[in-house]
Amino acid sequence: MALKDLPVDECLLQGNASCPGCPATIGLRLVLKALGKKTIMVVPACCTAVIESLYPYTSFDVPVMNIAFEAAAAGASGVEAALRQQGRTDITVVAWAGDGGTYDIGLQALSGALERGTNFIYICYNNQIYSNTGIQRSGATPFAAWTTTTVGGKTEFRKELGEIILAHHIPYAAQTCISYPEDLYNKIKKAMSIKGSKYVEILAPCPPGWRFSMDKTLEMGRLAVDTGAWSLWECENDVMTFNGKSKLLLEKKIERKPIEEWIKYQGRFSHLFKPELDEKRLQAIQEHIDHLWERYRKCYVKI
Amino acid sequence: MTIMIDTGNRIAAKAAVMAKPEVVAAYPITPQTTLVEAIAEYVARGEYKGEYICVESEHSAMSACIGASAAGSRTFTATSSQGLLLMHEMLHWAALARLPVVMCNVNRVVGPGWNIWVDENDSISQRDTGWIQFYCSSNQEIFDTVIHAFKLAEHEKVVLPVMVNLNAFILSHTSMPAEIPDQNVVDNYLEKYIPKWKLDIDNPTTFGNIIGPAHYYRVRRAMQDAQLNAKKLIPQIAKEWMKLSGYFHGDLLEYYKCDGAEYILLSMGAIGAESKIAIDELQKAGQKIGLARVRVIRPFPVEDIIKLGKQADLVVIDRNISVGLEGALFTEVKAALYGQSDAKATGFIAGLGGKDVTYKDIETMCMKSMKGKVKEQELYGMEE
Repeated sequence: MALKDLPVDECLLQGNASCPGCPATIGLRLVLKALGKKTIMVVPACCTAVIESLYPYTSFDVPVMNIAFEAAAAGASGVEAALRQQGRTDITVVAWAGDGGTYDIGLQALSGALERGTNFIYICYNNQIYSNTGIQRSGATPFAAWTTTTVGGKTEFRKELGEIILAHHIPYAAQTCISYPEDLYNKIKKAMSIKGSKYVEILAPCPPGWRFSMDKTLEMGRLAVDTGAWSLWECENDVMTFNGKSKLLLEKKIERKPIEEWIKYQGRFSHLFKPELDEKRLQAIQEHIDHLWERYRKCYVKI
Repeated sequence: MTIMIDTGNRIAAKAAVMAKPEVVAAYPITPQTTLVEAIAEYVARGEYKGEYICVESEHSAMSACIGASAAGSRTFTATSSQGLLLMHEMLHWAALARLPVVMCNVNRVVGPGWNIWVDENDSISQRDTGWIQFYCSSNQEIFDTVIHAFKLAEHEKVVLPVMVNLNAFILSHTSMPAEIPDQNVVDNYLEKYIPKWKLDIDNPTTFGNIIGPAHYYRVRRAMQDAQLNAKKLIPQIAKEWMKLSGYFHGDLLEYYKCDGAEYILLSMGAIGAESKIAIDELQKAGQKIGLARVRVIRPFPVEDIIKLGKQADLVVIDRNISVGLEGALFTEVKAALYGQSDAKATGFIAGLGGKDVTYKDIETMCMKSMKGKVKEQELYGMEE
């Protein structure tokens, strides 16, 4: 589906309370274009609670149930079971959660729902921080990134949640990014067409959280893919396919850009560049990504 | 009608299945396990046709019930002790979201150390979550109360979750006969559940988004109103059920031999059942003491307690302790009496950690109170 052919209908309404340049809003808009009105959303504590706007108003034109931070997947399991009993199998149940609610506090409920084969789409919009609470570290925060709880930079590497999800062998799992609207839209559409548990993770570069200019949201996503800090892939019935530029990177048809090309625009990494260049940590980040891609190649390049 | 001779847990499961919830989500914990196992057997035999979600924690059990209830289905779950405590956040959520989830809680000691016997600290510590709380004293009462719970939770003037408490082992694992009405009796009593609100694609609404103080205040007031409505409805619901089933276990309290009593014993759960024998014995010995077994602690039966306080002095037995103060029932009874009655209230904490409380123990406690030997509240039966 080309960008110009996306449905004109909007289920995310105008006048919501998100920050300027918010990637979650871009993601939601695209996701809801794909999902359409026969959708019920379950949203745990995350920035989307703000985007929904203040009661008695809402910015959503689909039914939304807010639920506690760690409970999105379990809450969605209940909605899905009820709809099945009521014979409403025409409705798509979607859990929409941030990385804090997915990588950390909600991981148990997510794993449980995937193991049970719950017929729903779990979407994680990953901005690599607890953003709604004011930029704290999460399991998705990359190494050396500043957050309000990793003041000198995070000392651990981020969790590879994608691989944890794949270990559940669900019928469909995918990674995408708000900077690639067709990729994102098509992945949601594909998830909708498959029965069982589906997981889609969307990289969502957050201007206030990552400390970059609010007009650079899409660019930060593209550079994440160009540098291999993020990858676009989908795994259908255990068959892994890298998509778009990530496929070209995997097959070495294009060169991966050095990681500095991505992080130099983000204030959360500024301590690596001034007052002096922190070569040790910059090298560690690059080596980590090189190692990740070596592993990808070993696992997913067909010989 | 059939007679079922079985454990409290299995009779609770029977009642739950006969109420036909569309979704059950549960996680096993001793001593609740035989309840959820019984439901699994009904699923295997095709006698329960709803969805049975075997979740990965009690937190998820309550979250799934919340999701299912919000989607417009009748829901049921069961837990105990640590499981109930893990649910705590979602207990508040279910009540604030005004979802009529029904749950059995098998009262068990809270750890550490590990102790699977009865006391009521688990559910007592959930009093402020907005749930209606019943305490049963026999397997028949468990069956009937589970049915009542759905009726009450879903009543348009209530729309709140209901917890039915049964004491570990003394009820959960003890076989007693219970009369089980025919399915059509239950069907007629519990009409099909029509939700007051639900997630509806034809009427897309956002539930539980950010709310300012003025609206939140109204939410809390509405919950309070609903609990007070439940206080009026519980006796009515119990009487309606009596007409259909012949069984009546009391309103908010069950009164036993209170006529002419100068002292009234207040107790709950299995101690409430044992208290009847103690009252029989004490009356035989010429003591003017009756029993008011507290069946419901939320909503709290303030008016009934005041009435009792106008008739007699009160003796309260708690199987819980609000550490730093006293037994919770004792506190609440005194609060109800404040400024309304000059009755003297004395109390005991008994049976913590599952220590057995026999009718003899209850007689001893009552005698001590009636002789004026108890100042306020005492810990009874603790071995130094």
